[in-house]
Amino acid sequence: MATTRLLKIAVVGAAVAMVASGCGSSSGTTDAGSGPAKPPQLPMLQTLGAGEGAINILAWPGYAENGTTDPTVNWVTPFEKATGCKANVQVANTSDEMFEKMGTGDFDVVSASGDSSLRMIYAGKVAPVNTSLLTNWNDIAPFQKEQQWNSVGGVDYGIPHGWGANLLSWRTDKVSPAPDSWSAVWDTNSPYKGKIGAYDSPTYLADAALYLMSTKPDLGIKNPYALDQTQFDAAVALATAQKPILAGYWSSYTDAQKAFENGTYLLGTSWQIIVNLAKADKTPVDSVLPKEGSTGWADTWMIDAKSPHPNCAYMWMNWITTPKVQAQVAEWFGEAPANTKACDFTVDKSHCDTFHAKDEAYFKRIWFWATPQADCLDGRTDVKCVPYSQWTQAWSQLRS
Amino acid sequence: MATAADTVAAPRQSVRRRVSAYLFRSRRTRLTALLTLPMLWLVVIYFAAVFSLLATALFSLDSFTSAVVRTLTLANFRAVFTEPAYWRATGQTVTVAASVTVLCIALGLPMAFYMAKVAQGRSRGVLIALVITPLWASYLVKVYAWQAMVQPGNGVIAWLGKPFGLQGPGLGMVAVILTLTYLWLPYMVLPIYAGLERMPDSLLEASGDLGGRPWRTFRSVVVPLVYPSIIAGTIFTFSLSLGDYITAQIVGGKFQMLGNIVYQNYAANLPFAATIATIPVIIMVIYLALVRRTGALDNL
Amino acid sequence: MYLSSRARWAIRFVMVIGLAFIYVPLAVVLINSFNASTVFAWPPQQFTLHWWSDVWSNAGVRDAILTSVKIGLISTRVAMVLGGLLAFALSRYTFFGRQTLSLLVILPIALPGIVTALALRTAFRTILSVELSIWTVVIAHSTFCIVVMYNNVIARLRRMGTSLEAASMDLGADSFTTFRRVTFPLLRGALLAGGLLAFGLSFDEIVVTLFTAPPGVTTLPIWIFQNLFRPNQAPVVNVVAAALVLLSIVPIYISQRLAGDSTGGGRM
Repeated sequence: MATTRLLKIAVVGAAVAMVASGCGSSSGTTDAGSGPAKPPQLPMLQTLGAGEGAINILAWPGYAENGTTDPTVNWVTPFEKATGCKANVQVANTSDEMFEKMGTGDFDVVSASGDSSLRMIYAGKVAPVNTSLLTNWNDIAPFQKEQQWNSVGGVDYGIPHGWGANLLSWRTDKVSPAPDSWSAVWDTNSPYKGKIGAYDSPTYLADAALYLMSTKPDLGIKNPYALDQTQFDAAVALATAQKPILAGYWSSYTDAQKAFENGTYLLGTSWQIIVNLAKADKTPVDSVLPKEGSTGWADTWMIDAKSPHPNCAYMWMNWITTPKVQAQVAEWFGEAPANTKACDFTVDKSHCDTFHAKDEAYFKRIWFWATPQADCLDGRTDVKCVPYSQWTQAWSQLRS
Repeated sequence: MATAADTVAAPRQSVRRRVSAYLFRSRRTRLTALLTLPMLWLVVIYFAAVFSLLATALFSLDSFTSAVVRTLTLANFRAVFTEPAYWRATGQTVTVAASVTVLCIALGLPMAFYMAKVAQGRSRGVLIALVITPLWASYLVKVYAWQAMVQPGNGVIAWLGKPFGLQGPGLGMVAVILTLTYLWLPYMVLPIYAGLERMPDSLLEASGDLGGRPWRTFRSVVVPLVYPSIIAGTIFTFSLSLGDYITAQIVGGKFQMLGNIVYQNYAANLPFAATIATIPVIIMVIYLALVRRTGALDNL
Repeated sequence: MYLSSRARWAIRFVMVIGLAFIYVPLAVVLINSFNASTVFAWPPQQFTLHWWSDVWSNAGVRDAILTSVKIGLISTRVAMVLGGLLAFALSRYTFFGRQTLSLLVILPIALPGIVTALALRTAFRTILSVELSIWTVVIAHSTFCIVVMYNNVIARLRRMGTSLEAASMDLGADSFTTFRRVTFPLLRGALLAGGLLAFGLSFDEIVVTLFTAPPGVTTLPIWIFQNLFRPNQAPVVNVVAAALVLLSIVPIYISQRLAGDSTGGGRM
């Protein structure tokens, strides 16, 4: 009967679904508690061959400019001309987006920040890099290599791109005196209540933890990415208390720029590029690295484990780390270039000084985004730290 | 005059005619032939996908590799149902969806009534076209236009309201409700219009003849007849609002809906996102089952 | 119908308010497409034609429109076949599970977009291990277009009845000829009206597309989405939206003529 046929198809469909969800690409270990996890063994490219003719780049906005934002800002087209690799640039706005898109071969390279890089490494989404194929590897200052976010067990997983700090920005015409401490955004009695902006990402809890490092030292936080349950709860409490004084959260930097320009934000966390663009639009803003220090991002170009264009990928990594291109990117985005030879090529000769590009001591003051792990990043073995998946859950709860 | 030579010969028993005759006789084969392809598509592609997503809610996440661990567990559901923040988010989302629906009915019903019963002839077609046209302006652009409009200081609403001392509502729940009402209004007007158009004028005349004033006619004759169409419209406004996250992101400011939580978590923690996703699914399925009896599903 | 002039004016007033509500934001979009400020500052201080000329020379938007049109056409055609088949089955036959099926059929549109999007993405990438491509987008779009076509065709079928087809077969036509000569011409209007609506939905679809499209496939909504995030490109999308509204007057007019006395209004 047609009815039984209908039922049969329905049953088959449901069965297919159940079986299928049991199959599919199963990856990763299931024993989360047997000592420190190891990233999967993945091969790296041995020799650099001819370009494959195309490359898919997943980048932060501003990292791979091809002239569409501003016709004079373009270092992708020259790359295409020099290597014959036609570049398809896609912009990701959050680290979570980057994490989710990598590992399938959809993209060849990604400019990963620390809050996604470790996850990508452990999930086997990115392959180790063969540093002998990276022409500019030796020009990258040693203090940027082999960091907790771009290498595991001495194996390098990418080439550093550049770094910067999360800054405190404010509207100079509406906020005075000029702030110099993060208390400006955490103080619930702030005179600028309702006009403050915060970054929309679970990583922002590290900023809360950073503030607690100086205001509540008895909590014993040594690394804002290594928080045990008590420390984590304190950070979440601080961020929850902050919510009423915020105007909103931003994730795309153009939203932050718009907000500063139209006065929705008078104060907030921001990046240098936001300040630069707002200033270019004649908005009176300024920024500072507060005295408590700050979180920041040190981005690494990583190659997808299933990259269909590995040669072009290495060519891109070599291109983007050449001094001239590094200078362009660093000035456009407002960050310190990884390759310090770029300092000779910046239009503004004091760029590297402003961004402390060669200042190792300054670099060490910034808490670069890292992926919190259950095995505490600060080395503690007597407690378990809160892993990133719980940071995301806590953040969702906070935002609800 | 018809002669034997005029009789039409019986058609040849070609393969085609034999197949056609068989199909005509065998209802079961016809039905099977009709249903196979679409059912395969819907079940194997769509339902299987949705089912497996919801099944993912029963799995968990390995915190090191961020891979999904396929062992059944109710931990995610327990976490969601015991955490007040998620109840709050659900309540907020349903409130928004309900408010949008009510506003759409309040504005859409009179509009549809005007178009179906008061407007004459060609102006009716013009009005329909006017209502449909905004559907072609991109969803994203419309939402961004509203983002500009609701700014308290220098938005369009503030600008228009300056003589009255009105400020723009700013980003938040009110802005989300306004924007969603704006976006889904045509989807409410059109089914109601179709329902009203099918209603004969004679019924309204008769009601008036029997002494009914316009409001009484409206209440006792029009609304019961057009009720299924109204419900059909609410299915759209409700479901579209329930799952929306882009509007909340753009005009919501701090305000967050269930869709936002799913979006924030799907990359880092798919099982958890799937758990949250089951909430609007359950709400919609219940709603659809409830309205099925009103006959609304025939009026979409 | 008898309506006191007061009632008449009240309804007319609401109609005007409604139309104003609908068109003020569109007017804002149009005005902003001439606004020199990149952040949509209001009221506009400076006007410029710069964005309009920008779009004209922008290859990205042309490719995006072509991609959207291609996906829309294929999805609509697939939906016509599958939705039509379903409509026939559900309107002309009774069978066990018919009521449930008519409820399930609506789910692709009734369930929240992000659920469909996420479900399909996970199914493609994890379960079937299929790479995302333009075909995954087409499959996704077809799924909700089926519902649109189904609703239009079934409404028409219900009004049509079977007597004409019976008469045709009485006169000696076989099933296929009957379909070709009698049923299909009667359905044409509904198929086209439904097709236009399905195409419109597919053309403007963003959520499911974002989740099922690979990096190389850029539909118009995705192009708009990407440009809204670029600091100096945002106003270009206003131009595109304004142009789309103006250009859509033709298909809307056509669909109005085809629909005749509505084949079932609404989203379907």
